[in-house]
Amino acid sequence: MAKQLPDVGSGAAVPPPRRSRIVLAEITRQDTRAERTRTELAQQTQVGEALVRGLVRAQLALALRLSLVVAIGLGGLPWLFAIAPSLGRTTVAGVNLPWLLLGVASFPFLIAVGWAYVRLAERNEQDFTDLVQRPER
Amino acid sequence: MGNDFVVPAIVAVTLVTVGIGFYGLRLARTTSDFLVASRAISPTWNAAAIGGEYLSAASFLGIAGLVLKYGVDVLWYPVGFAAGYLALLLFVAAPLRRSGAFTLPDFCELRLGSRRLRILATAFVIFIGWLYLVPQLQGAGLTLATVAGSPYPLGALLVAAVVTANVALGGMRAITFVQAFQYWLKLTALAVPVIFLALQWQADGRPAVTPPDGPTFRAATTVVVEHRATLTLPDGDIREVRPGDELTFAAGDPVPAVSGAATDANDWLLPSAAGADDRGLFATYSLILATFLGTMGLPHVLVRFYTNPDGAAARRTTLVVLALVGVFYLLPTLYGVLGRIYTPQLLLSGQTDAVVVLLPGAALGDGLVGRLLAALVAAGAFAAFLSTSSGLLTSVAGVISTDVLGRGSVRGFRLATVIAGGVPAVLALHVSGLDVSQVVGLAFAVAASSFCPLLVLGIWWRGLTDVGAAAGVVVGGGAAIGAVLVTVLGPPLSGWPATLIAQPAAWTVPLAFTVMVAVSMATRRRAPADIAATMLRLHTPEALRMQ
Repeated sequence: MAKQLPDVGSGAAVPPPRRSRIVLAEITRQDTRAERTRTELAQQTQVGEALVRGLVRAQLALALRLSLVVAIGLGGLPWLFAIAPSLGRTTVAGVNLPWLLLGVASFPFLIAVGWAYVRLAERNEQDFTDLVQRPER
Repeated sequence: MGNDFVVPAIVAVTLVTVGIGFYGLRLARTTSDFLVASRAISPTWNAAAIGGEYLSAASFLGIAGLVLKYGVDVLWYPVGFAAGYLALLLFVAAPLRRSGAFTLPDFCELRLGSRRLRILATAFVIFIGWLYLVPQLQGAGLTLATVAGSPYPLGALLVAAVVTANVALGGMRAITFVQAFQYWLKLTALAVPVIFLALQWQADGRPAVTPPDGPTFRAATTVVVEHRATLTLPDGDIREVRPGDELTFAAGDPVPAVSGAATDANDWLLPSAAGADDRGLFATYSLILATFLGTMGLPHVLVRFYTNPDGAAARRTTLVVLALVGVFYLLPTLYGVLGRIYTPQLLLSGQTDAVVVLLPGAALGDGLVGRLLAALVAAGAFAAFLSTSSGLLTSVAGVISTDVLGRGSVRGFRLATVIAGGVPAVLALHVSGLDVSQVVGLAFAVAASSFCPLLVLGIWWRGLTDVGAAAGVVVGGGAAIGAVLVTVLGPPLSGWPATLIAQPAAWTVPLAFTVMVAVSMATRRRAPADIAATMLRLHTPEALRMQ
């Protein structure tokens, strides 16, 4: 994402407006429901608080689930090699299995988990943004 | 040695690093220039820069040396060094960027609003930074001693002096391009020679890595012993050797078994088995925990995240870093394995960390190709020392100048740099006997037992209090530091105490988390009042930010 962000704090979600006469009442009328939710977020109302809590919980659950995948997928290996020594003697293309699993296969595995996390975390954030901007409650 | 390409290659890398640093300095003079410039940089460039800073002497030299010495069990080092970035990605990257914290002490103050916690965090940043700098200088001393025949202290002090001067005068600071360049240099310096080494191995008739009769010398070799060891000769004789002893072997002679190293083919080739040695399994899990969770607490890693424009970019950058270091870590293992065939004498001399530097010459001979590749590897190794130590020194000097000396002036920063560079230089002279990767492993253990719980709980748990955080850092991190000090200074241990002290993370990390949670719950009323605003800031996309 190479887009240049404006200074933090200005409303980045608002597209550049067409040149027109500005009447304050008109601005407040646009997008009122979305504005209200954003204000709720900023002012720490209970609704806003609940929304943020939901997002944090979703992101944490995602991170924990994926670390569980790694904990089992990689963390299980030393234990597996220890209880099943014959696995260590198995060779694939002349190389012992532990060397292949640790020295080669673990890296694409880690990258795949990371890729999945980035996708899913961004989806969580998108859901949250949609909820805030179009609160059909 | 007689390789006339090595020293020019090292000098060239150093000059290019210093040169680009100073050239870039003219373009970006202030911190804000640096930040604005960085924001125009794509995640790929930024990630290459992070990778360039991260891949240290431990990655470049240490892993291959450990693989040569210990075999499959130490493959957890490269896996853990890469997986650390996954943990960083899952738990820290985006929220940390959104917090706006530039250093770990900044994060403490932002999240918990405590000056005292900030001071404590500063002390840990300095300790971890120094602990991590020592093996970089050690690696430099070792490499220069190996390729140019200089005494060990000369190389360590030389790199310390170059890096300190460079950082103090402002070069290297914030220059993404230098770091990115060094990533690609390091990757090339391992990847190109390994192709030639593999071809040579083919041409030699694919000699077995673990021949049934044990390793043998391929050529007549004279070994000068560097560390005291006990050798078991093939005829069963046991012989004590001391530093300075010379041993001569003819081509085809078997390599004697060395105490401490896995000379026996099965020890080296196969993972440690259950029952016989539970301590091996414990040490493995401890290492996994330290490296997986320690990366996020390294001072020089964190600073770079601030250069991402927003949380989403921080996430994508981390993913690219993970891919870049993952590609790199495929290579050192191959050097360690081929070192078993071509440089078994390193097992005897105790200089296993030199395998990467010596292997091209040993396998390919003294021809032009062999000498050029040896020079390329040496250049890559120096890129590793320079980039990592510069990044570390910048971070440590930064916190010393702002939090200890208390003045933000350029002069204060320069003074801080001299302090920050001098201490590890002195330490490096006294720990030459330790494996480069082992010292780095201890630095990871301290980071995993102090900053990892602080960051993870601080980002995800509303209940964290300043007292709880401080207690967890003091108890967990303190225990890990104690283990480090006993390892480096204390008497040699054996049995379980030795394992618990040498690989402390498996008990210090849970300890730190437990203490942090328990004390926070006991001091619940001290939880910051603005926690809801902080959580909003850490976790919501920037586009929604209403400040």
